[in-house]
Amino acid sequence: MVTFLQQVLNGLTLGCIYALVALGYTLVYGILELINFAHGDLVMIGALVSLSLVRILLGWGAPLPVALAGGLVGAMGACVLLGIALERLAYRPLRHAPKLAPLITAIGMSMVLEQSSALLWGRGYRSFPDLGLTHSLTLGGVLISPLQGVIVLGSLGLLGSLLWLIQRSALGRAMRATAQNPVAAQLQGIDTERMITLAFVIGAALAAVAGLMVGAYYQVAHYTMGFMLGLKAFTAAVLGGIGNLSGAVLGGILLGLLEALGAGYLGDWTGNLFGSNYKDVFSFATLILVLLFHPSGLLGRHAPEKV
Amino acid sequence: MIVPLPRFKPLWIFLGILLLPWVIEGLLGRGWVRILDFALLSVLLAVGLNIVVGYAGLLDLGFIAFFGVGAYAYALLASPQFGLHWPLWAILPTGVLVAASFGVALGWPTLGLRGDYLAIVTMGFGEIIRVFLNNLTAPVNITNGPQGITMIDALHLGTWSFARPHRVLGLPLPALVGTYYLFLLFVLLALFLSRRLEYSRIGRAWMAIREDEIAAASMGLDTRRLKLLAYALGAVFGGVAGGLFAGFQGFVSPESFTLQESVMILCMVVLGGMGNLRGVVAGALLLAFLPEVLRPLGGWQQHWFHRVLIDPSTLRLLLFGVTLVVLMRWRPEGLLPSRARAREWHTS
Repeated sequence: MVTFLQQVLNGLTLGCIYALVALGYTLVYGILELINFAHGDLVMIGALVSLSLVRILLGWGAPLPVALAGGLVGAMGACVLLGIALERLAYRPLRHAPKLAPLITAIGMSMVLEQSSALLWGRGYRSFPDLGLTHSLTLGGVLISPLQGVIVLGSLGLLGSLLWLIQRSALGRAMRATAQNPVAAQLQGIDTERMITLAFVIGAALAAVAGLMVGAYYQVAHYTMGFMLGLKAFTAAVLGGIGNLSGAVLGGILLGLLEALGAGYLGDWTGNLFGSNYKDVFSFATLILVLLFHPSGLLGRHAPEKV
Repeated sequence: MIVPLPRFKPLWIFLGILLLPWVIEGLLGRGWVRILDFALLSVLLAVGLNIVVGYAGLLDLGFIAFFGVGAYAYALLASPQFGLHWPLWAILPTGVLVAASFGVALGWPTLGLRGDYLAIVTMGFGEIIRVFLNNLTAPVNITNGPQGITMIDALHLGTWSFARPHRVLGLPLPALVGTYYLFLLFVLLALFLSRRLEYSRIGRAWMAIREDEIAAASMGLDTRRLKLLAYALGAVFGGVAGGLFAGFQGFVSPESFTLQESVMILCMVVLGGMGNLRGVVAGALLLAFLPEVLRPLGGWQQHWFHRVLIDPSTLRLLLFGVTLVVLMRWRPEGLLPSRARAREWHTS
């Protein structure tokens, strides 16, 4: 039972991070029907920028909260700027090109971001400064680190306010209208290009937060870390129903739980033959199964292809 | 639309291709013949991916996985790993069959859906296959993990080994040149098959799907099966290239089959011109030689700045990314496009 609760807690932590990243995919996909392959790499950039900033600020003798806040703000700034640049320079000129063009551009941009980071931060693993937040408390046998608490509560707060923004505010309504039908939205006086940029901005900001969290959680950052994370977050978005925001959150948390429990138990059941070294396979198998049996996802509507 | 087959190429071009390894060995040395051999494998891969991306218009980001499947099939069937030493003519069809089954298993759930799901699923598959290659060591040691499989039998047909020099009609035939001719044979076969497919009913159906899938389906085309066929055929080409690669190199390890390699092959196809064989071959050759051209950069930097500022392999991958983005923006039809494809890109 204790193991189970422990895995649930670990899965929840992971799931919250997935949810933050999944939202970026789903926001952009909902409007542009484009898989932004470079999104995972924004998370990586967020992790590396915040890592460097926190290290520098701590080096100057700044107290931990100030250093963390500085890292977060810096990472968000960098990611948002990159997100806007990505949209303006790479995707916008291809708005009316055949479907293949933006997809190829997306993979190209992902490559550019990865290799530029390799140039800036080197090809090795960078260790995250010790935040002193990992000394675990025991709660009924379950180990909880303050960091896990911060990640879960912080991301749930962020996700909640984002859902409120999209579902309740005028801006959110404009965004949803753009996703539903860009031409009709434009006729209502909505600046759809601005809404598209906004989708990228929100996605990039969330990616920065997720980057800081994932870097602090695993205490390591690497220029290729965005790839697997992005793939899993995309799986989460598809699992929840791509284009659906609550779906992305639900999918992210479910996928995190699935992965933690799968990695925790499958090894025991199969005598460690098929254990946590296969954990990356779980999310992929989930993606295939969802696409096979219920491609519109848990909360998504079935959307016929637009002509 | 009746498209005439190209006229038979003048004899001297063919002679030039036959003599190329000799010229290169004379001018640049034996190492470059080896690079030329690998370049031919790249051409084989690019021609295969061209069927998927160029003809059918599907984005496959895990193409290298089929190359890996083919390579490991050869490695397992012709090495001391299981004590098996099958001949080439038995291994290649087996590898092809395995690669194609993987292709179908992966394509079936995704190809009924929107096209862009395929991109991410193949991307994931390319990565997952590496997880398996790295971990399939228990309960039976199949892939030997990250160390890979070594001491793979050299490519041979009967008693004729391609790893040893021979004398033909009194003339010496170095091993690397013999291998060049073997690979050339496969490339020519691939080009021939690809060309015949392009102008067949199936090829026209692929292009119809590429241009407008909904319209193609309305005309009665079974788009899912056709896309699956393109995808599986691409896998077949990848599988063959993988088998040849394993036999040529003598060892395989999971590290040869990364996403970067998939992107490189995609870059070859896109740079030359998706859907146009001449362009694809040119793109493949160009990019296959790129690392060799960039290699001295490290030394120059060491000389001028006393340290390596830009690692040549990072620079190469960066160039691939930039090439894809820039081409899609300004010249999506590639450097040597087919006319039909160029029109398609610019009218929509």
